[in-house]
Amino acid sequence: MKFTEEHEWLRTEGDIVVVGITEHASTQLGDVVFVELPEEGTTVSKDDEIVVIESVKAASDILAPLDGEITEINEALADEPSKVNEDPMGEAWFFKMKPADPSQVEEYMTEDEYNKLIS
Amino acid sequence: MAQGLKKTPLYELHRELGAKMTEFAGYEMPVQYSLGILGEHQHTRTKSGLFDVSHMGQVILRGKSYQETALALERAIPMDALGLDVGRQRYGFLTTYNGGILDDLMFSNRGDHIFVVLNAACKDSDIVHLRTLLETDISIEVIENRALIALQGPASEAVLSEFNSQIKAMNFMDVETLSIAGAECWVSRSGYTGEDGFEISIPASAAESVTKSILSKEEVELIGLGARDSLRLEAGLCLYGHDMDEATSPVEAALTWAIQKVRRTHGERAGGFMGSEIISQQIETGTDKKRVGFLPQTRAPMREGIEIFATEVSKKVIGKITSGGFSPSLGYPIAMGYIASEFANSEDEFFGELRGKRVPVKVAKIPFVPLNFKR
Repeated sequence: MKFTEEHEWLRTEGDIVVVGITEHASTQLGDVVFVELPEEGTTVSKDDEIVVIESVKAASDILAPLDGEITEINEALADEPSKVNEDPMGEAWFFKMKPADPSQVEEYMTEDEYNKLIS
Repeated sequence: MAQGLKKTPLYELHRELGAKMTEFAGYEMPVQYSLGILGEHQHTRTKSGLFDVSHMGQVILRGKSYQETALALERAIPMDALGLDVGRQRYGFLTTYNGGILDDLMFSNRGDHIFVVLNAACKDSDIVHLRTLLETDISIEVIENRALIALQGPASEAVLSEFNSQIKAMNFMDVETLSIAGAECWVSRSGYTGEDGFEISIPASAAESVTKSILSKEEVELIGLGARDSLRLEAGLCLYGHDMDEATSPVEAALTWAIQKVRRTHGERAGGFMGSEIISQQIETGTDKKRVGFLPQTRAPMREGIEIFATEVSKKVIGKITSGGFSPSLGYPIAMGYIASEFANSEDEFFGELRGKRVPVKVAKIPFVPLNFKR
């Protein structure tokens, strides 16, 4: 699993990358009350703002970590945004994407490097 | 955290209890504790929440008599101060010369003086304003050596009456000096959450011990500014600097109810306050815009600054959100703001522009939740 400075995690499953936010990010956000996801089939560029997360306090954006195409979104988050607080690293993944250049994933941090960043 | 922020007498307690701190009006204040904003909000609605509001301004106005003090204060506020009974509190606001709102406040008749509570962000300028308007006749004492806490929620009466049985005899907006956990406290039965509750002014030296004694009761939890904001929004209460300001008149802000008849046109003491011509005129003829509630029709919260349009494509802005967020009690987003008066009672669907998209929103009645005051 790889991690971005924007507190996203990336898990490679074959030629697909699953993206969510870290435990640390979900704690910092506080109670999540709304998640807006991109549409399946959308072509995105790295750093595009593609997800909006609203906590009780404020709205924040999630950036596309890679160039590629959104292949699947986690529809369950629309009805149960609180899953982002309950299980951010598992059930509450945000979207799956097919990267244009899979080697982009390797540029991100390892778990150890990420843990150093947030400590 | 920025340097030079002021701290309340309860600062150490907040840190000890794991508060997440934030800058607010020049103070380092708790935004939430371990329960989180949703949990703290629900706790206040169902049991009893304790808030540190010591950053708010506490001021004593004192003239030769209550009557003289009240008449002087009436130059700054369009309220009936003279007719307020001893031991009673009233909501009010300072007006500007052009009919805007300088700040909102609570004031009470304490027999030989008037006790005023002001918003933290405005208190310094309010005091300058009050000195300019009143000081020839009355003394203005800024109370720097007292903390202020609020205890809000349905269990608050039971909790506080364990410390002093006289609590039970107090009604909404009553004010008393009572001994609480060994300290001489100025207690009012009021607050800003829509719940029954109390605000308690405590000598700073006793603030931590009194607060700890109240917190030792099982029903009580500390609540931060985050939940304070969602609670007051559900109750339809204005936050100064957001839902009203110097450019907003009390009539536009739907606060005409707070201007007693005696101060309105044909009243016994009509006018005589800052901006009275404009405000009195507006009470008669109405205003172009009005404060209303808004209900976004999707799950996406609409926050401060979102503009409202009549249709999905129209260009003319007809309204604006001034406070908005998620309602923990209702489980969906709520908001408050201004809309052109012709639409203020409309049941039509309007549109808020959210991140470049037009999202449906309707005008709604406020408060969003029933108010539970002890009348």
